[in-house]
Amino acid sequence: MNEAVVVQGLAKRFNLTVALDRVSFEIGAGELFGFIGPDGAGKTTLFRIMATLLVPDSGSARVLGEVVVGSLWSLRNRIGYMPGRFALYQDLSVEENLRFFSSVFGTTLEQEHERIAPIYSQLEAFKTRRAGALSGGMKQKLALCCALVHRPEILFLDEPTTGVDAVSRREFWDLLGQLKAGGLTAVVSTPYMDEANRCDRVALIQHGRLLAIDSPDAIARSFDRPLIAVHSTSKYQTLRALRDYPHTRTVYPFGETLHYTDARTDLPVGQLERELRSFLEARAFKGIEVAPATPTVEDAFMARMGGESATEHEA
Amino acid sequence: MTETLAIEAKDLTRRFGGFTACDRITFDVRVGEVFGFLGANGAGKTTAIRMLTGLLAPTSGEATVAGYDVYTQGEAIKRHIGYMSQRFSLYEDLTIAENIRLYGGIYDLSDRQIHDRMRAMLSRLGVGGASDELVRAIPLGWRQKLAFLVALLHEPRIVFLDEPTSGVDPITRRQFWELIYEAASSGTTVFVTTHYMDEAEYCDRISIMVAGRIGAIGTPGDLKARFGTNSIDEVFVRLARPTDGSTN
Repeated sequence: MNEAVVVQGLAKRFNLTVALDRVSFEIGAGELFGFIGPDGAGKTTLFRIMATLLVPDSGSARVLGEVVVGSLWSLRNRIGYMPGRFALYQDLSVEENLRFFSSVFGTTLEQEHERIAPIYSQLEAFKTRRAGALSGGMKQKLALCCALVHRPEILFLDEPTTGVDAVSRREFWDLLGQLKAGGLTAVVSTPYMDEANRCDRVALIQHGRLLAIDSPDAIARSFDRPLIAVHSTSKYQTLRALRDYPHTRTVYPFGETLHYTDARTDLPVGQLERELRSFLEARAFKGIEVAPATPTVEDAFMARMGGESATEHEA
Repeated sequence: MTETLAIEAKDLTRRFGGFTACDRITFDVRVGEVFGFLGANGAGKTTAIRMLTGLLAPTSGEATVAGYDVYTQGEAIKRHIGYMSQRFSLYEDLTIAENIRLYGGIYDLSDRQIHDRMRAMLSRLGVGGASDELVRAIPLGWRQKLAFLVALLHEPRIVFLDEPTSGVDPITRRQFWELIYEAASSGTTVFVTTHYMDEAEYCDRISIMVAGRIGAIGTPGDLKARFGTNSIDEVFVRLARPTDGSTN
């Protein structure tokens, strides 16, 4: 596989803050690759380095075969970058923004119309509207168009779905799927674990380090012990009770349920379920349902955060 | 008789000129409930919340919040609610203690109350020695948890949370939900707005606004069953029309 991005030992600090701590990974040409991690994990720093906007302290980054430090002028014509903060001209209309970004890259909206048509068609009805007056989802689509007008070979999208509603988020991921089908490499960051499944592969990032790089399925499957979902009509009291259960390894709220893992590794899952059920029923909890759960990327993320975060959180 | 409803809205309506932002919405929130209030951009959520927090007079309909009338008792409502958003919560250039004193002062607490509640709060978070740290210097994770407890400082009956766990790491997120559940179990009603449907799944009940009306209301499990799907995201997408490009 051709590598679109090769990063080795990349590090960056800002004064005392370590934003990236010797990060290494490769992204294949044509991949839809996601960086998933909370605010402050280092995602934006990484994206700015890959987009030639920031110089790392050490380590190397190659994008499309070129070294990001040094080849920035040739690279900038080949990459598209959509920053996390809306960076278009709010006082220009949809169409004016597109014409402006086309002209910056020496092309015209007419020439590029066909390429961006699948996305632009959703915006065209509002082409005279000021960019600042668009909804969050529409702004993101316009920004995506503007990042595509110069026919980049790779796209870097920093948190494109933050702050937009669920319908717009889904539409945006569908668009990325279409671009990928057209052969474009897309690198996307998000703090939302449930978006992992839209990517071919993801890297989990926390405190400037990568916790895992793999397909979302493989990451979820890497959760290596039985996971039990406990449903209860009194979630908080049930959580407290399970904290006191002598065999509890972890128990935490997970959506409508509680996710539980047991400290004993040799116990058959069926027996574990029965024991939990009788423990809770003996304490008169009502509406108790205990069933095996399929681990998600979010469960795996927490398992990999492990001791490091636990100490920080207790600090 | 003790109150069982924290929020009671009946046919609550707000028009702006010819545009009806909120169209006869009717719903109740029970005391101690964690209630999720969802809707697409422009569906009317913000207008509804501004009415429920005493910031905007309704055009018609009725609503009480913590027992106070939204038309005539807006000031009392403001005193009995708390608010926290993911984007703005604490002043970064003030220390933890200064933030707490500022909020305590705004809500007219005595020095004694501020002192005692600050102590309880910091020990609850296990950061007793950190009160003189600038908020900017503390990790994002517990900044959010602290902001939540500060929003509860004046012991509001209802706390409004806007995307409370957006952007935090998954362990912090769970600790945050535990704080929310703990507050709810001691009788504080929690009103959550969010764009993130997996966050909505943590609520006891949710409502989804569509074009100024309440399109669906129920427990996450009920709604999923009703729409025959396994995620609230799917329920939401089926209910909400595609965005039309307009702002809120």
